[in-house]
Amino acid sequence: MRALLISKWTKVSVFLLCLVPFGELVWRIIKSELGANPVEFLQHATGDWTLRFLIFTLSITPFRKLFNLPDLIRFRRMLGLFAFFYVSLHFLTYLGPDQSFDLSGMWKDVAKRPFITMGFAAFVLLIPLAMTSTAGWIRRLGGKRWQLLHRSIYVAAVCGVIHYYWLVKSDVRKPLFYGAIVATLLLWRLGDWFFKRRSQAPVRITAPGVSVNG
Amino acid sequence: MFIRKAPDLTCADVTPKSVYLDRREFLRAMGIVGATAAAGKGLFELAWPSKTAFAATKLTGLAKSPFSTSEKQNTYEDVTHYNNFYEFGTDKSDPAKNSKNFNTSSWTVSVEGEVNKPHKFSMEEILKIAPLEERIYRHRCVEAWSIVVPWIGFSFSNLVKLVEPTPKAQFVAFQSYFDARQMPQAKYAGIDFPYVEGLRMDEAMNPLALLGVGMYGETLPNQDGAPVRMVLPWKYGFKSVKSLVKIKFQEKMPPTTWNRLASNEYGFYANVNPTVDHPRWSQAKERRLGEVFKRTTLMFNGYGDQVAGMYSGMDLKKNY
Repeated sequence: MRALLISKWTKVSVFLLCLVPFGELVWRIIKSELGANPVEFLQHATGDWTLRFLIFTLSITPFRKLFNLPDLIRFRRMLGLFAFFYVSLHFLTYLGPDQSFDLSGMWKDVAKRPFITMGFAAFVLLIPLAMTSTAGWIRRLGGKRWQLLHRSIYVAAVCGVIHYYWLVKSDVRKPLFYGAIVATLLLWRLGDWFFKRRSQAPVRITAPGVSVNG
Repeated sequence: MFIRKAPDLTCADVTPKSVYLDRREFLRAMGIVGATAAAGKGLFELAWPSKTAFAATKLTGLAKSPFSTSEKQNTYEDVTHYNNFYEFGTDKSDPAKNSKNFNTSSWTVSVEGEVNKPHKFSMEEILKIAPLEERIYRHRCVEAWSIVVPWIGFSFSNLVKLVEPTPKAQFVAFQSYFDARQMPQAKYAGIDFPYVEGLRMDEAMNPLALLGVGMYGETLPNQDGAPVRMVLPWKYGFKSVKSLVKIKFQEKMPPTTWNRLASNEYGFYANVNPTVDHPRWSQAKERRLGEVFKRTTLMFNGYGDQVAGMYSGMDLKKNY
């Protein structure tokens, strides 16, 4: 298993797999197989894939620990960057066809529509993460600070789910499905952190005769 | 005359529609459909063997209408494969997929309430109420997309006059057909069924209000509200009830489906109005299917000359 995970070819294969949804969209554009509302089709597809890649990225740590596969870390940055790739395409389908590349109109929309605000917040939160994804930036920021910054992916994923939930009219099954997965992945982290803290906590010795209330 | 775009390949589209419908008629006449159903087409067809009784019949001798727009019509493929009919699923492609076996044979529309002559109309009777017209209308969805459709029907007022409403009739309530067995997707829709809608009496009498029985030269396909529906081009699409089974004249304003779900988002009037946004998205622009960039939405969807008078003096920000 380990040999497979650290193989260069596995990484190349995963990279190509991550490009399949993009390739499918390009293929559909060329063949004009995007249905009656092509813009909406592209918006929904890129939005879906953003949420999926955020979920893949957030799954790496739990899977590493639960299945004792530390080498999975080799794929986390790539998956995260693909989430950013798809969210950028998603943003472009909004800025272009919906807002006609009019930035002032876009800002008004971002300020006025809660579901756009949420989606935009998620996008903006992911920008520094993509920028500081290199080894050089980890060194420059220091591991602790870098990790703290990159925890904003939790917030971005939650914003992304709310963005979707606020968009739909009445059938909330799909946003709730994504929401349940993101919630599970975040709750696992909370549980992991809690149990680790308990097992590592130093034994507290309270001096006799000292009352907490003074 | 327009030319239909070659549709995407689905099972139903491999054979030209007219051919496969004719063949189905033929097979039924030969008593073979039962055998085919037993052979794997499912029990559904056995239970409703006459499902195509009203499907896609050509409608001829249509009068032209001065209300028709000269704008470019959307393709039959787009109009029949991208629409909302929540009883058959909430994705825009669901109605076409899930309404294939919808049984519309021996359909009746019950007209009741504050009228002197309540009556249960058969489809044959409905088709004889008034001469059929083709009306090419703009259709604007509350979700900010729009289409241009050549509907077939006649002004709803023709039916109203026939049943003679009493002076108490201030509103008209409409109800769509609902059957959980035929519409299993409905349970995920998040709205209550049967679907109900309503109009004020003067709106119902407005000549633009169409009782639709067809489109593109033939009877309505299942996914677009077969066999009979309302078409109200100055209002958001959800006001135009599909697969109509009940019309009730009454004194009180009737409840309406989307208003019941979210009254802050969907009002009783639901007139197309670019100046009053949906709380979650703008109504200033719309995407005409087939176009990339959005176009400006027109007040009353461009039908102000015909309908604006009915709302003079009303605060349309409150009565959205």
